[in-house]
Amino acid sequence: MSLRAVSKHFDDVVAVDSVDLDIGDGEFFALLGPSGCGKTTTLRMIAGLEIPSAGSLKIFGSEVGPLPPNRRPVNTVFQNYALFPHMSVADNVGFGLRMSKTPKADVARRVSEAISLVRMGGMENRRPAQLSGGQQQRVALARALVNRPKVLLLDEPLAALDLKLRQEMQFELKQLQREVGITFVFVTHDQEEALALSDRIGVMDSGRLLQVGTPEEIYDAPVDRFVADFIGRSNFLAGTLEAHDRVCLANGDRVTVPSVADGVVSVGDAVQVSLRPERVMIDRAGAAPEGHASLEGEVATVTFLGNSIVYRVALDWMTIEVETDHRPDLDRHEVGDRVAMWWRDDAIAVVRP
Amino acid sequence: MTVLPDADALETALGEAERRGEVAERRRGLLLALPSFAYMVLFFAVPLVIVLVYSFATRTSSGSTALSDWNLEAYRKLGEPIVRNVVIRSVVLALITTVLCLVIAYPFAYFCATRSATVRNLLLVAVMIPFWTNFLVRNYAWRLLLSSGGPISSFTESIGLGPTEILFTKTAVVIGLVYAYLPFMILPLFASIDRLDWRLVEASRDLYASGPASFRKVVLPLTMPGVIAGSILVFVPSMGAYVTPELLGGGKETLLGSYIVTQFLTARNWPVGASLSFVLMAVMLVSTIIYFRAGGKNL
Repeated sequence: MSLRAVSKHFDDVVAVDSVDLDIGDGEFFALLGPSGCGKTTTLRMIAGLEIPSAGSLKIFGSEVGPLPPNRRPVNTVFQNYALFPHMSVADNVGFGLRMSKTPKADVARRVSEAISLVRMGGMENRRPAQLSGGQQQRVALARALVNRPKVLLLDEPLAALDLKLRQEMQFELKQLQREVGITFVFVTHDQEEALALSDRIGVMDSGRLLQVGTPEEIYDAPVDRFVADFIGRSNFLAGTLEAHDRVCLANGDRVTVPSVADGVVSVGDAVQVSLRPERVMIDRAGAAPEGHASLEGEVATVTFLGNSIVYRVALDWMTIEVETDHRPDLDRHEVGDRVAMWWRDDAIAVVRP
Repeated sequence: MTVLPDADALETALGEAERRGEVAERRRGLLLALPSFAYMVLFFAVPLVIVLVYSFATRTSSGSTALSDWNLEAYRKLGEPIVRNVVIRSVVLALITTVLCLVIAYPFAYFCATRSATVRNLLLVAVMIPFWTNFLVRNYAWRLLLSSGGPISSFTESIGLGPTEILFTKTAVVIGLVYAYLPFMILPLFASIDRLDWRLVEASRDLYASGPASFRKVVLPLTMPGVIAGSILVFVPSMGAYVTPELLGGGKETLLGSYIVTQFLTARNWPVGASLSFVLMAVMLVSTIIYFRAGGKNL
């Protein structure tokens, strides 16, 4: 599937702004972003529920941009499942097959296959209102998968479930995708869900697709401050890119950074260095090993979180958050202590401010 | 030393207070409902009982009604062919009216429900406007419109179709009834279409349903409560309509409403009029209940 310069305007509001995206066959792809970032609109354009204002949308090489939803090889699992309340589970699941004029015998067989695939056997005659949230979720999945779409779209599929069920369904979803081998594109605002489930993630904000990459790439090498901030936590140190692998921080220190890819930022630009709290080492002042960029400051707060301790260290030009393991072999620092912080050169990323 | 009340006692006391509050609330509700309750008993239940009593009474040879010799003669009369024909004619007419109302009202209600708030409010007010004019006046207005030499007739004549003679025909009655009861169809339909979850329509489209198929399989079944409610609201008054058939149909064909009036005023056979009124109402009530029960189970 490929999107080229796809945009969607609602009156004057730009919901999706010139998105380019390729999703491979059999991939589990997540569109991640805060609410209102355009991820759902993008999904709806793929589904055919919105027609793009501009751009080209191809599925398996054929242009589907202006086609109505019933003429696309995609199916959707809707946010609140949108099960038909006046039909039984079996009729819900068989709806797509009946609409596409599948022979009756095939419908019955495929419906029962799909129902057992999502482990809902024995519930065929129930109405959606008689099912729990997790069960409705499974029926919605079966209803979409039974049609053997080329692409399955999922709009916040787990948002309506409680935490425990959500984790369980995450696992099931991943397994199901491996079993059926269909491309899954799912929309979520939950970064953990995106990291846990997907092969690749596309991070969106204000209608723009900021970065596409594997969960590791997105986490370790964000290119945009928004991406680094939205996925996990991060400290942002302002500076200027002096060479493709060197940044001059706002306090005048020079730090070595992983080489910046072309097109993200160029030499001479104002940039920010993203420094994950758990990637920062902390020790007594002056104890920083040679050969590392380091900063010194005073501990402002200490927060104990059980498995970890979070220090907020005040520098004279900013505050840095550091997260360390809570282990007996590590020194604990108290409020007011002078400490040194350092990091490996490859532990940081240069991002667009 | 202060003695703290133990937790159980406190809880019991709190529960007691809460219960007393609920009882008071219920009593207050009853008090508020009392005026309308009294009104209904006085002007609805009591007359109904009177009608029921009269239906068992005897018509004397002079045309007055004797409240003695209780019998079922009036009910036996309802089985006679003349009454049967009136009933059949009324049912057919009411059915035609209901179907026409449904066909006209559904697209309109659908259109309304899918507009912006401003447009829909404007349209709904437009639906209500006729109610601001007296029903009788509106019927006379139709008489004028449909009369030979009236606007409609002149129009068809001017475009070469010749004059139309609609007034005092069954068509005129149906036109009048559809006009009169259309709002009763539109409003419940609007309410049910407005409540429809459009995501279900999207889901059906996503599952390969074409527009018409989506309407048949999802929109229509889910708005069925509105269809049923509207149909009852149109069918029931159409069955017993009196003014419109008299004014626009010219009383040529006797319908139930006219027949009942005739029994009371002309034939002076109050027991028959009363029995027919009562049976009509009972049948309507029972069928309405059955209809709603069935509908409630399916949806």
